[in-house]
Amino acid sequence: MQESASLWVGLGRAIKQAVLAATGAPWVAELVHTLAGVVGILSIILLSALVLVYLERKVCAWMQMRLGPNRLGPYGIFQTIADIIKLMTKEDIQPAQVSPVMWGLAPVLLFMAAMTTYAVIPFDAGVIFADLNIGIFFFVAVGSQATLPMLMAGWASNNKYAMVGGMRTVAQMISYEIPLVFSLLGVVMITGSMKMSDIVKAQEGLWFIVTQPIAFVVYLIASVAETNRTPFDLVEAESELVAGPFTEYSGMRWAYFFLAEYAFMVGASCIAATLFLGGWNGPFLPGWIWFFIKVAAMIFLFMWFRWTFPRIRVDQLMSFGWKVLLPLSIVNVVVTGIGLWLFFPLV
Amino acid sequence: MENGGLMHTLAFFLLSGITLAAAMGVVFKRNLVHSAFLLSVTFLGVAGLYMTLQAEFMAAVQALVYSGAVAVLVVIGVMLTHRQQMSRSNPPNKMLLVGALAALSVVGAIVWAILATPWKVGKGSVVTAGDIGRRFLTDFAPPFEAVALLLLAALIGAVVLFKGGKAQS
Amino acid sequence: MLEQYGAIAILAGVAFIFPFIPLIASAMIHIRRPTHEKLLAYECGIDTIGRSWVQFKSSYFLYALAFVLFDVETAFLYPWAVVFRSMNAPAFLAMFVFMAILLLGLWYAWKKGALEWK
Repeated sequence: MQESASLWVGLGRAIKQAVLAATGAPWVAELVHTLAGVVGILSIILLSALVLVYLERKVCAWMQMRLGPNRLGPYGIFQTIADIIKLMTKEDIQPAQVSPVMWGLAPVLLFMAAMTTYAVIPFDAGVIFADLNIGIFFFVAVGSQATLPMLMAGWASNNKYAMVGGMRTVAQMISYEIPLVFSLLGVVMITGSMKMSDIVKAQEGLWFIVTQPIAFVVYLIASVAETNRTPFDLVEAESELVAGPFTEYSGMRWAYFFLAEYAFMVGASCIAATLFLGGWNGPFLPGWIWFFIKVAAMIFLFMWFRWTFPRIRVDQLMSFGWKVLLPLSIVNVVVTGIGLWLFFPLV
Repeated sequence: MENGGLMHTLAFFLLSGITLAAAMGVVFKRNLVHSAFLLSVTFLGVAGLYMTLQAEFMAAVQALVYSGAVAVLVVIGVMLTHRQQMSRSNPPNKMLLVGALAALSVVGAIVWAILATPWKVGKGSVVTAGDIGRRFLTDFAPPFEAVALLLLAALIGAVVLFKGGKAQS
Repeated sequence: MLEQYGAIAILAGVAFIFPFIPLIASAMIHIRRPTHEKLLAYECGIDTIGRSWVQFKSSYFLYALAFVLFDVETAFLYPWAVVFRSMNAPAFLAMFVFMAILLLGLWYAWKKGALEWK
């Protein structure tokens, strides 16, 4: 497509050819190519978390007319590094009453679910770990696996705050997953494919945010709720539940919950950029830079939400999900269906 | 890959192993909540098995509906029941012999069904989600609508159960 | 296609193993001084009264049940969404009947106040 779109594709091919030349076995080259993709995804997640932890505090500070972290390095950019060192050296307290195996596995499984969703995110033309036929449905299916680890953490902690938090997480995540899934349906209907590359290609002329504005808004709200961020952070509501399911975790285990949360947030932003904001499409600049800009804009929106809206109540949360977002997303599907079938049938 | 067949076989046995081990855990774990969580591993193992059969949409549905929803339902259901001691909530009982007989007869029935079925080798074409949708809307339209009725009945049943309990208390 | 899922299996495997590396590294460097108080359940300084694994109210179960039903519906909706533009009118209507029946269920639950959080 674009000339510089081949930067990452070319890098991948170069790795493949170099390994092929060195070993002479095609499957080794294939394996190394795959592992390079895995390393790429891992570094995207870790780097974005590194930057986002800092940015979250800075954005928050600016919105509240404060300075934010500014002690370590210029403008405090080494703050996250200090945080990591702190978390690494912190005592990892395993309370006596926890159910050890499940308690230990919960953060790992949550991170695993978050990272696996990145397999279907198209960062640029051809730069996608696996361009599955069921692309977007894969994201939905793997994303839905995040509910159980949260429940696991809440239950295995054997702590009242954690238990209440865990149950709330489940209630919240299942209530907002349905509108989220339904809102993505409109895009699939227009494209006639669940493949990510097809969805992006269909937006070369017009972004789907123009034709699917309701779906975009529903998706945005539902994904904020799915990632348990303010104003939907009832799960870890500090003022009432200490830290919800994370109460009994400390040190690196605790860090994994936050890494997973950031990974889910970036993943949700990537999906929004892909499905509604045209993915890598854009003039002049290479595709991956466009994608980066769109994802950054989405993440800023997430942060803006966090520092603008107050936390809502549980009953408001549930009734908003079931009585506003769900009907809205169904109406969107029906209207899109009738409109498409009347005006643009493929028969 | 040149040794795709080998990888395929390995994947099948690995996934079967995971599924069976998790299923054993569901039955033999003393803690009911552990059993419920292991159930989701079983479901994911089955999803993986669908994948080896190239039924990718079915695999995703299995992961979404069973591991993502039914397992959550089961876990919540287990947590709702009141137990004195969670660590002994799934006790073994003295029906070992009867249970073994029942299990054996089910295995026998399945083996008989497998042996009695005239298996045909497929054409090798992959069934996509679109194919499934097309079949739903044409050949299988009546069962498709019946599914909707079934879901409706389930929802109404759930509401009645929930509300009924409320009115009496 | 199976190669893609093989790659995803590798990705998931790495995603499972990777978190243990920092955890183990952290376990090697962090201090470990457990005391009796430190290992108690965290509850704002007060000892836990009763058990934490308590019975929860049934409304969670109702939401979970409704969630399962709508989740099943999505499994039917996605294949339909992919093909419906190339289908004829009866097939098109079949889906709307399907959705209408489920909306009836939602309306019933709404009407009965089952979506109310109490």
